[in-house]
Order: sequence, then structure tokens, then C-alpha cells
Amino acid sequence: MMLKPNWQAISAAVLTLLLLFWIPFVPGGAVSSSAILVLISVAIVASMLQFSNRLMVLVLAVAGHGAAFLLLGQLSGNEGEAGTGYFLALAATWLLGWRLVSVLSDEEVAIFNSSITGIIVPTIFGLWLLVLWEAIVRGAGVPFVLLPPPSAVGVRIAASLPILAADFNQTVLKAVLFGFVAGSGAGFLTAILADRYNFLAKGLLPIGNLVSALPIIGIAPIMVIWFGFDWFSKAAVVIAMTFFPMLVNTLAGIRNTGAMEHDLMRTYHANHLQALIKLRLPNAMPFIFNALKINSTLAMIGAIVSEFFGTPVVGMGFRISTEVGRMNLDMVWAEIALAALVGSLFYGGLALLERATTFWHPSYRK
Amino acid sequence: MSAPGNATGSATGNSFIWDRLVPVGSIVLILLLGWCVLTYTMNAPFQRDLNRRAGVTPTAQEFFWQTYSQPKPTMPAPHQVAKNLWKHTFLVKPTSRQSLIYHSGVTISSTLLGFLMGTILGVTIAIGIVHVPALDKSFLPWIIASQTIPMLAVAPMIIVILASIGITGLFPKALISTYLSFFPVAVGMVKGLRSPQIMHLDLMSTYHASKVQTFWKLRLPASVPFFFTSIKVAVAASLVGAIVGELPTGAVAGIGSKLLAGSYYSQTIDIWAALIAGSVVAVLLVTLVDVANGIVTRWMGGRPT
Repeated sequence: MMLKPNWQAISAAVLTLLLLFWIPFVPGGAVSSSAILVLISVAIVASMLQFSNRLMVLVLAVAGHGAAFLLLGQLSGNEGEAGTGYFLALAATWLLGWRLVSVLSDEEVAIFNSSITGIIVPTIFGLWLLVLWEAIVRGAGVPFVLLPPPSAVGVRIAASLPILAADFNQTVLKAVLFGFVAGSGAGFLTAILADRYNFLAKGLLPIGNLVSALPIIGIAPIMVIWFGFDWFSKAAVVIAMTFFPMLVNTLAGIRNTGAMEHDLMRTYHANHLQALIKLRLPNAMPFIFNALKINSTLAMIGAIVSEFFGTPVVGMGFRISTEVGRMNLDMVWAEIALAALVGSLFYGGLALLERATTFWHPSYRK
Repeated sequence: MSAPGNATGSATGNSFIWDRLVPVGSIVLILLLGWCVLTYTMNAPFQRDLNRRAGVTPTAQEFFWQTYSQPKPTMPAPHQVAKNLWKHTFLVKPTSRQSLIYHSGVTISSTLLGFLMGTILGVTIAIGIVHVPALDKSFLPWIIASQTIPMLAVAPMIIVILASIGITGLFPKALISTYLSFFPVAVGMVKGLRSPQIMHLDLMSTYHASKVQTFWKLRLPASVPFFFTSIKVAVAASLVGAIVGELPTGAVAGIGSKLLAGSYYSQTIDIWAALIAGSVVAVLLVTLVDVANGIVTRWMGGRPT
């Protein structure tokens, strides 16, 4: 049987040989350290043998992640005690993870079809991010106030669900949603008006392009003075931030129709409104969704940052700024995780909606 | 985003006046008028309250001017903001803590440092993604996902954490700018480095060009237009990052700290002046990028646009 070497496995093998001198990696971990070395060696050999690719991926995944799991397990009771051996072992398992991702994303091997690969590979990458974060922070004994390990953040999330729910309700369900809908809606309507009256478009487009470069978030203190501490002021900031992206994109989309389609509409004797509804708005859908996606991110940023300027005692931005002051970094990270989750779901939901409603559009045809 | 071409094509010399100046001017005029009306309506209730307590009954004209000259108005009048801007830009020394030039300078320096780091990081990531398939599959989705996370929310934490280990000043703020600006550069450069057509890449391989040669002679020149489009977005994002980064530093210096101080002490005129200063800085930075774009395009033999 021929061996097919790869650089990740060879580097991992070199590390493994070195590691023989460092057992145990942490005090009192001789058995688990040996087990880790065995798992790493199995994964190295499997990655170089030329047999079934599926089996190789399976062995790599199980042995590599088994080793990582054991490594994380070694940390309990040994925080800050991990030495060179521990981190070398971590590097070896990480190299194997890298190898796994390389094999999975190799188009010639093609173990899964591309859409499943598109989910699995980033997931493995994300998992490794968490593993490395956990292992380095706890292994090297990084102070809690600097960077809490993901496990502590997870515990904190589980312990403070009611607070997170209240903050979510205040910031997302009130400020973000209202501002997003009102701002995008106003931008959309203005774009339709500007399309009808070219003078308006000529006046608004340069201003819109200019405003896109301005730090609009700076109006937050003014909005707080005008509309008070509650969520109205945050929604106002969100409206201001989402209006122009929607206006500029919708207008560009509406005007993106070709001369041929317009001629067709004219032969149908369609009036402006009919042409708008039957031809130009459907054609503008990808542009509109692009603006909605941009706005979903802007709305979250706008609402959270505006809360730094004054809020009632609830809200994601409020929680972040106060808990930072009290050095409760795990709570801050819990809020960030919540914001990340909401932001991703928001964006993902819009992307799904786009797939469902604009699948027929020429830009999606293969 | 280019303005859609006007098909009428009136080839008169004053098309700039009719296509740009008049429409934009009228909208700006409407906004200014709206500002004036708002100044009166928003300041009137407080002024009326004030007058009632003082027991004075001014004429309508006097009352109107009173709403235009409050020291801490809900809505500052245009001339108040203009006066404040003039005073803090030209009348005080640029090095004094009152000067908007001083604060703008602080903000610009961290913006530029962060922009530089973000651009380098973004280009590096893009080069990695274009050349390593595993990075393309595993890393690119996370870069895109990272932008659905409101990164500005992390800003105060980064500042406080770095301050606690003794790193203060320019660098933490620049780090936030880096975070915001690397993304447009990375995504734009991935597109740009992949923009050469198959035919061009095939030509390179018939020349037996190495990956490095293909990069320097084909991919990099092809990506220049994409580069400038994305750094234009990045520099604006950097400025936002720098301003937000200045919020939690306890109002030391910079446009962000001016905003925060103004909001603490309800110095509305100061807030507006700082906002306008920030906008001027933004326009300045974007214009700089445009000028650089023009120079590089001409230098590469392209037609300046």
C-alpha cells in the first residue's frame, strides 16, 4: 500500500515525535496524554493511506476531534498549568483539523455534494475556533477579565436567559424591527417617487451617495435628546441609517430594466403604474433584497450603539456598556453571542426569503 | 453606484446646472427650510415655559428670535451651529482642546491607522482565499457572517480590555477601525483577484508563468479598480469605527468624545458642530481615495474618469 503524504500530517507527525518527551501534558494526565497521542497517530496514518476517502475522512474526524475533546478535558483542574507539550499537542490536532477541512473542500475528492460541504466545512472551522479559544484561554490561564472561555460564556447564557430575553425584546423587537421597517419602507416609497419625478432622483442620488460615507451613527445623542431614553430614539437612528441604502438601491434596481422590456410594455399600452408593478419592481427585487440585507446589519449596529448614549435600564447596548464597566466580561460576550445569533438569523432569513421570492429572476438562472 | 444615465442627452453646456446644481440645490434648500421651521417648533414649548415662569409676554417677533438664540436648544438654529463651527475651527488655536481641528486630527489619525491595518489585513486574507481552496471554503463564510454581527457592539469592550492591560491611546481605536474596514477590502479583493478571465489565465499558463508571476502580472493589476471601490467603503467604515471607539474612552479627545461630552452636558450646538466636522472629515477622506484612484488609474495607462 502506497503512502500519500501531505504537509499537515507530516508536520503533525513531527510534533507527535517531539511530544513523546512531554508526556504528561498536564500534571497527572499520563493516561489521557497517551490516549491523545494514539488518536493523533491514528489520524496521521489514516490521512496518508490510500484507501477509501470516506473512511479516511471518518477516521480523521473521529480521531482528530476525539483528541481535541480529550485535550479540553485535561484542562479541568489544570487551568493555567498547561505547558509546551499541551500546546504542541493542540497544534498537532489543529493541523489534523486543517487536513480534514482541506480534504473535504477538495473538489476532486467530493465526499459530499457541494451544498453539504458548504455547511460542514465552515462548521468545522467554527468549532475549531471555539476549541482553540477555550484551550488557549484556559490552558495559558488568560485572566477572566481579558477574555472569558466560551464554556463560561455558555454557562452565563444559560444562567441569564430572562435578562437576555428582556434585552432582546427592548433592542431587537422594538427599536431594530420598527426602525428597519419604517426606514426601509420610507426609502422604498421615496425611490418610487424619485423614479416618477426625475428631478427628485437627480437631487437625491448625489445626497444619498454622500450620506453613505457619513458617520450617521453620530446623530444618536441628538435623537436621545429629541425622543427620550426609550426605544423611540433608537428607532429614529435606525430609520436614518436605513433610509438611504434602500433609496439608492431600489432606484438603481427600478432603472435597471432594458429598453426591450420597456418597448414591450409600451406595445401593451401599459401606463406608468402598470409598468412599475409588472416589470420594474419585480426586476428590482435583487437590488431591494441587497438593500434589506445591508440594512439588517446597519439596524442592529444603530440600535445597539445608540444605547451607549442613554437608555432605560434594559437593552443589549445598555447591558454591554454597563457590564464592561463592571468587568463582567462573560455577560458582555453573552450579549455579543445573542447579537451575533440575531444578526445571522436576520440576514439568513432575508436570504431565504430572497430565494423564495426571486428564484425566477434572470440573475439567478444558471 | 453610478447615477443612471439620462437618455435625453441634451448636449447643452449647462447640463451640470440643470442635472446637478438645481436638483441638489433645491433639496438642500428644502432641508435647510425644514431645519429653520423645526428650530422654531421644537424650541417653542421650552421657551414658552421659560417666559411664563419669568412672567414676560414677548411679541411674536421677539418670541421667534428667542427660539433662535437659546444657549442649549433642543434644535440649534443654523446660524448657531455655523457660529460654533467657525469659532472652534478658525478662532481658537488648532492645538487647543477646544478646537475641532484638534479633535478631527485625533480621529483622523486613528481612522488612518485602522484603515491601513484593515486594508493590509483584507488584502492578505483575499490573497489567501484566492490561492488556498480550504480557506475559501472554510473561512469566507465566517468573514461574511462576521459582518452580520454588530461589531461596533464589541468596541467598548475592546477599549476597556486593552486599557486594562496597559494599551491605550491610538491603537485600540484603530483596532476597531481595522475590524470594520477589513471586510469590504477582503470581499472586494477576492472579487478583484478573481476577475481575470479564463482566457487571460490560460495565456499566463501558456507563458509557463508561476503562481507568483500570475499574481503580480495579471491578478493584481486586474484587481486595482475593485481595490479602490472597496477602500472607499472601508475608509468610511474606519471613520465610524474610530468615532465609536472614542465613546468609551471617557471623553478624552476626538469627534466621538465631543459627541459624548455634548450629550452628557446637553450641549446640543456642540454635538451638531462635531457631527458636521465628522461629515467634513468623511468627505475629505473619500475625496482623498478618489484622487488616489485617479492618479493610479492614469499611471496604469487607464482613462481617468
